[in-house]
Amino acid sequence: MPPAVLSVTGLRKAYGRVVAVDGVSFDVAAGEIVGLLGPNGAGKTTTINMVLGVLAPDGGAVRIEGLDLGARRSEILERTNFAAVYSPLPGNLTVVQNLRVFGMIYGVRGLTGRIEALLGEYDLARFRDAKSGVLSSGEQTRLSLAKAMLNQPHLLLLDEPTASLDPATAREMRARIRTFAAQGGGVLWTSHNMHEVVEVCDRVLFLSRGRILLEGDPRTLPGDHGKASLEELFITVAREPLSLESA
Amino acid sequence: MSPLSPRRIAAIVLRHFYLVRGSLSRVFPLFVWVAIDMVLWGFITRYLATGTTFRFSLVTALLGAVLLWDFQARVMQGVTMAFFEDVWSRNFLNFFASPLRVAEYLAGLVLSSIATSAVGLVVMLLVATAAFGLSFAAYGALVVPFLLVLFLFGIALGITGSAVVLRLGPSAEWFIWPIPAVLSPFACVFYPLATLPAWMRPLARLLPPAYVFEGLRAVVAGRAAPLAPLAAGAALAAVDIVLACLIFRSVHRYAVRTGLVARYAAESVS
Repeated sequence: MPPAVLSVTGLRKAYGRVVAVDGVSFDVAAGEIVGLLGPNGAGKTTTINMVLGVLAPDGGAVRIEGLDLGARRSEILERTNFAAVYSPLPGNLTVVQNLRVFGMIYGVRGLTGRIEALLGEYDLARFRDAKSGVLSSGEQTRLSLAKAMLNQPHLLLLDEPTASLDPATAREMRARIRTFAAQGGGVLWTSHNMHEVVEVCDRVLFLSRGRILLEGDPRTLPGDHGKASLEELFITVAREPLSLESA
Repeated sequence: MSPLSPRRIAAIVLRHFYLVRGSLSRVFPLFVWVAIDMVLWGFITRYLATGTTFRFSLVTALLGAVLLWDFQARVMQGVTMAFFEDVWSRNFLNFFASPLRVAEYLAGLVLSSIATSAVGLVVMLLVATAAFGLSFAAYGALVVPFLLVLFLFGIALGITGSAVVLRLGPSAEWFIWPIPAVLSPFACVFYPLATLPAWMRPLARLLPPAYVFEGLRAVVAGRAAPLAPLAAGAALAAVDIVLACLIFRSVHRYAVRTGLVARYAAESVS
């Protein structure tokens, strides 16, 4: 088993009496793509926000490449990056300006060359001087993914990264992320598209009410629980989590 | 604790440079309002001086005070405007989920403010000198501590204002714009501290600008340079900056604890 890029132990977060994440533990190995699945409000985004250091856990620990996020946040986040559907890059900067500013923040060496390479890879070259805010949602998503790849991260966090992409572009992006993992990067991926999850993820974690309910290979997990597909299993997790807990 | 990264600080400044360079609506406010203020107060000063004999130069005392007060307001707004750009573009998650540290972010805002407020200062000086004969030479070397104290206090106000908006949300920016106007009666911009009623004087003494404007009037009236009070004003301003940074750090920690940073962008902390 390759070493864990991300190791989450006993993570807990409550908002008043509402427990959003309740003792979640999991690892993401180098080269592995792990899907974090669950219905709305299950605690996926809360978990990702804690791994990104923008939300302090009430308990538990996040370690990235063996380093404690709470103690060495800036150093760790230089090797991490993310793209989230709800966090577009500033719309008042152009595509190249955004990539340059974030490249400097992430300490990217040979930044000009890296930007040019990403503009080509993510089909953004023709928009290089366009304000990011006027791009279509799919183009903005490609820009967010390009920004997420700027620093060639060891850990990539993707919160519904293909939500606004057309099927052809989404397939291309999935291929890029699989290539990224094949080169040794770890990926934590949330998606509501179960076909995509089956295609991309090596392993999935089903979250329900802040806890990990199921874990396993997305291709065999449905059969293990008497379901025909991952989508059917997802619906069961969303509607009848207790039936799976007791199984 | 590792040292601050100049590269990350430069990224914040570069971001603001890109925004200002590409937008007339951001370039104009750097100098238009202060230029209008100079013209307005220049004429008021000229009118007040008509037919009246003062023992001192009204231009140096009154128009100079307006210029210095406007400079401080520009410094404050230089910080808050750079911060508001991140509020308006919902950029907190991108910045605060990156290696960028709070101190680096604040340093970037301050450096941006130095650049933008310097533009305002130069324009005000040009207008006040060319149109109304104001000369900074009348203040002698004291103009340096005058500007320094006001700069430091403007930075402290800007950082505190940014913390308030981070804590209370985007609509709280309307608490921030009037701050210079709210403070001006206590700062004794246009009149000596002794003019204030007794209950206002202790508050005025807590404000560094009050020492600057008392000093300015002393110099214009030909009295000895008030070095000790100015040093007290500078010390107060330095303390205010430290307090402002502590307030911002505390609010940021609160925002990370409660999920406010994520909600600023996501509105969906599940």
